[in-house]
Amino acid sequence: MTGGLGKILASRSFWLGAASIAVFLLLWEIGSRSKQWMAPEFFAPFKQLLVAMGFKKDYLPWIGAVPAPSAVLKSWIAVLGQQGYWQSWYMSLFRVASGFFAAMLIGIPFGLLLAVNRVAQGIGFPVFEVLRPIPPLAWVPASIIFWPTQESAIIFITFLGAFYTIVINVLGGARSIDVRYFQAAQSMGASRWDIFRRIILPGTLPSIVVGSAVGMGITWEVVVAAEMISGGGSQAAGSGGGLGFFIWNSYVGGSYEQIVVGMISIGIAGFVSSELLRWGGRFVTPWLKVR
Amino acid sequence: MSEPATDRPKVVPGEMSVQAASKSYGAVAFRKEVVRECSFTVERAKLTVMVGPSGCGKSTLIRLLAGFEAPTTGGILLDGAPVDGPSRDRLVLFQETALFPWMTTWDNILYGPRARGELTREALEFAEFLLAKVGLRDFRDKYPGQLSGGMQRRAELARAMINNPKVMILDEPFRGLDAMTKELMWEYYAGLYEENRRTNFFVTTDIDEAVFLADRILVMSNIPTQVRAVIEVDLPRPRRLSDMVESDRANDIKKQALSILHAEAMRSFSRGSKAAADFVDAYLKRSGG
Repeated sequence: MTGGLGKILASRSFWLGAASIAVFLLLWEIGSRSKQWMAPEFFAPFKQLLVAMGFKKDYLPWIGAVPAPSAVLKSWIAVLGQQGYWQSWYMSLFRVASGFFAAMLIGIPFGLLLAVNRVAQGIGFPVFEVLRPIPPLAWVPASIIFWPTQESAIIFITFLGAFYTIVINVLGGARSIDVRYFQAAQSMGASRWDIFRRIILPGTLPSIVVGSAVGMGITWEVVVAAEMISGGGSQAAGSGGGLGFFIWNSYVGGSYEQIVVGMISIGIAGFVSSELLRWGGRFVTPWLKVR
Repeated sequence: MSEPATDRPKVVPGEMSVQAASKSYGAVAFRKEVVRECSFTVERAKLTVMVGPSGCGKSTLIRLLAGFEAPTTGGILLDGAPVDGPSRDRLVLFQETALFPWMTTWDNILYGPRARGELTREALEFAEFLLAKVGLRDFRDKYPGQLSGGMQRRAELARAMINNPKVMILDEPFRGLDAMTKELMWEYYAGLYEENRRTNFFVTTDIDEAVFLADRILVMSNIPTQVRAVIEVDLPRPRRLSDMVESDRANDIKKQALSILHAEAMRSFSRGSKAAADFVDAYLKRSGG
């Protein structure tokens, strides 16, 4: 472990990454403290260029209104001690996990079924393709009506976010397995079940991992929006919640530092869940990392 | 290589005969005949090599022999019984590796016995023997992606041989290997064949490869595929590359095959332009009417 850490600390890309983040925070701090439109004075030529190109001052972001990183950090430390903040984490994580695992549980078998069975594909695929272009967020009002609780509605919308991506990837992955693998297996006397279990399943696994990783990203986008819409709308204490609601609540309450805290929290949550997934993916597809 | 092969399951070589087989693809109006009334025999316990220009329909013939596809007309027999569908009796080594990337060398070799539920002690011992035979003992737990091209081909040979097929069908198996590895694989493969005299059907576009390996060479015509000539290769075995380079007989056979292939190429060249003219004619008629 220490060896791994030492390697990371010695690597060029780590320090480049750290420097990049540091520069970003520094510019943000300067921009925020300037209390000006767009940017501080040393960006003036750039600003003049934009104005010369026809941009009016009103179209430029009010950088000075963004809370500085130092202020955000202060607010974050304050919020770390509050139960509500951690409750938001828990709520969002729970919804993402529930929706995501439901999407895997239903999406992977469904995708495989579509891939291996022509009848199932003929029946299932048209409906799937009609529903797929509907953005998950368009389902928000309908699912609030159809699902008994607000919680189940949010989980359902989260589920939709990952479901389509997973199914499409599984289907595409299973279809793109080289026909020679099937021919070789058949020649050696493999049954249909054996071909499914030992050719189709492992052959599709890399696509399942990719689909899940992409699906996980969409899940976070969807859950935050769903929480803002449904959770943010209801005033009842206890219901709603989640990091999306945390942001919305901070906005309504005028605590701009907390908005940024919520945003960064979601960034961290999304990054960590994607990393976990990638790690799990490498674990189940050991043959891909070996080249 | 020094281990005796006698304690291994006995190899029963088969004989395949292709009887006036034809194969066409496409809808009636655009039918393309790839194989026409093709007849030949893959003789028992011999290494038959088929050479022909690329794109002449060799791969189609292989799919017919393997049973992945059925001929449009005519028949394909193994030891007198018609071929219907793929079977372990007729195993194919494909052009590029078809090792399962998600299985280690060991699991790849054992695929056949495992799939048929024949994972006996004998099968495991045989797998161990084959693994050593193809020189991959140290690569037992590696994935195909970790093997070199030559190793992959050897692993695939082992994966086929464990099933004791009556006929081994090889579709340009050494294509894509570098020249050095390729020649090493020739010697290696010839050695394997000389040891157990399985019936082998080997397809290639490489005349040198054909002359070095073959007991019999089938020289094929261009599309639609037919056998143009059969050349018996009476060179002594075991064969070594160094001997072959100096052998006048080998050079004679090579020249003979080349002259037939050249004539065939010239013919298809002229016929090609006529076919094009016919096509344009037919097209004009159709659009006019």
